[in-house]
Amino acid sequence: MSRLLVCPPDYFSIDYEINPWMRKVNGVNPEAAVGQWRRLMEVLEHEVGAVLERMTPVRGLPDLVFTANAGVVVGRKAVPSRFRYPERQREEAHFEGWFRDHGYEILMLEPDIYFEGAGDLLRFPDGWFGGYRQRSDIRAFPILSEMFDREILPLELVDDRFYHLDTCFCPLSGGELLYYPAAFDQYAQSAIAERIADTRRLAVPEEEALKFACNAVCVGKHVVLPSGCPETMKWLDVRGYRPYEVPLEEFMKSGGSAKCLTLALD
Amino acid sequence: MAVAQETVVLSGHIIDSLILAKVLDTILTMDGTFDLEEVSIGKTRHERSTARIVVRAGSAKLLSEILRAIQPHGASVQGETDCQHRAAPADGVFPEDFYATTHLPTQVRLAGQWIDVEGMEMDLGIVVDRETSCARAVPMAGVSRGDAVVVGRSGIRVIPLTRPQERDVFSFMESQVSAERPHGHIIADVARRMRQLREGHRARKAGCKVLVAGGPAIIHAGGREALTWLIEEGFVHVLFCGNALAAHDMEADLYGTSLGYGLSAGRVVPHGHEHHLRTINRIRGIGSIEKAVETGVIKQGIMASCIRHGVELVMAGTIRDDGPLPGVITDSIVAQAAMRAAIPGVGLALLVASTLHAVATGNLLPATIPTVCVDVNPAVPTKLADRGSFQAVGLVMDAASFLRDVARELGAHS
Repeated sequence: MSRLLVCPPDYFSIDYEINPWMRKVNGVNPEAAVGQWRRLMEVLEHEVGAVLERMTPVRGLPDLVFTANAGVVVGRKAVPSRFRYPERQREEAHFEGWFRDHGYEILMLEPDIYFEGAGDLLRFPDGWFGGYRQRSDIRAFPILSEMFDREILPLELVDDRFYHLDTCFCPLSGGELLYYPAAFDQYAQSAIAERIADTRRLAVPEEEALKFACNAVCVGKHVVLPSGCPETMKWLDVRGYRPYEVPLEEFMKSGGSAKCLTLALD
Repeated sequence: MAVAQETVVLSGHIIDSLILAKVLDTILTMDGTFDLEEVSIGKTRHERSTARIVVRAGSAKLLSEILRAIQPHGASVQGETDCQHRAAPADGVFPEDFYATTHLPTQVRLAGQWIDVEGMEMDLGIVVDRETSCARAVPMAGVSRGDAVVVGRSGIRVIPLTRPQERDVFSFMESQVSAERPHGHIIADVARRMRQLREGHRARKAGCKVLVAGGPAIIHAGGREALTWLIEEGFVHVLFCGNALAAHDMEADLYGTSLGYGLSAGRVVPHGHEHHLRTINRIRGIGSIEKAVETGVIKQGIMASCIRHGVELVMAGTIRDDGPLPGVITDSIVAQAAMRAAIPGVGLALLVASTLHAVATGNLLPATIPTVCVDVNPAVPTKLADRGSFQAVGLVMDAASFLRDVARELGAHS
């Protein structure tokens, strides 16, 4: 049984601009956002069979809805995020509080090392990958690797539209990968190609990458992704996955989609 | 030599992620160089790897640009401390645990900044001045009571020589001493350097002086004309020698003999053994070599050419000298200081046929100056290398043949 941490979008809006998607003039339609979020939750709960843990939204913290950036959870241990931008640093205490209140052992990174949680740390069963340069500091990964006794291969993100690893890289439960190669530098592309066989990788077409096809939630054979990504859907289907598409355009105004709105707890 | 360097550490899963490759490529593409000082590779996939990398660049500015470019990939500069220093307890005495220099480019860290030590030479101490942020190498006899002398080993770094871009005999930067090796290519390389340096010297470029340190065998063996020609053609700018080279050179001019042997006939001339004494006495009577040349008493030869062409001449005396000639410095500490003062600006050193002057000069030369040691006795270049002048190329051959061959390469009629 998969448990996911989510946060209702009661206060979701564009109050600042910290990535190329965010434009304060491109305001969020609150009703549409709530509708899209609820639809996503329905799919996750009823189709995918995930258990949802709901955080209490906080006024003035519009991005608390993106729980993928709360931190990273491994078993009963949680490492809360250290956000790069002051706008999101105010979320840290709330995420940390939630982990503490729910009995997680809290492991802290040094205050000067930025790390934006599961947005920049994604896992295959036999190896983890870390995204750096845009938001997280590469120095976080050797520390996390020590904490959890895991290999973490850092990958450099070079396109600021894909500012977190989970916007352009999605490990699937069967060991396959959805990714958008142009979001990475050449060294990272080679490292990925070395680890994951060509036949098990889908280089998502640009058009779908820009719709955040890679920002998908994979639970077992279920994959939930934003609507408008037919190629990716087809590829998943051929490989025996059950893809679900959910319209999430309101959240794309902030540079987030399905995966950003969830944090895997187990 | 303005080489800047810094040691950085890179740790984590740096091999399979190609982070190490990326960092090294970045250093090279930015025109830096590196030494991988230590690489420990994780034994399992989960275990991290660590690399210690010495990054070098042609200037401090370029180095900081390179460091800025590699730091986002996790390369962190190692913790460093300032150098320690203590006051010299008395004139001419270093503090007990003073740092003894090598002749390699050296930097010390003062108030967080790495600064070049000036006047590098082997076997000296380093005196620092915090107020002016200066550091200079100082001989034991030259230190004054209260001078801040660097002690211990922290905050000091010695920079290995970078291979010169020119692919000649000096680019190996190691002594080769053998009588069995062909000499032709070494002589050609020496001549080529001398030609380049003469051009540079004429254009008043820094570091273009050629230094010759020579013994009297140059005269006995018949190398006088070749060396005179080299001086007159502007290929030599500094001459270190003793009483004997000068005395026999002028003896040859006055009497046609060298230590009593007729230089052209090759026979002992009656009472010839007195000639060098009479020469010395004559010059002493005149007052100076300069005056002897100016008044036309000494007409040609090495000394005459040196005076006429403004070659910087340092004559260092020894305990067995006759006379000595005026101008010969008999206090060895004063002589050493005079030789030291003539080193800046030297771009090539030829140590020819003198154990004493070759080793004394070798001790004063920084490792960055290309050096050739020529002696018919293989023990001399070997001794020089054993005493630390590893950059000197050893050439086992007769002094006169060497000078004539070099002169011929440079266009002299044989």
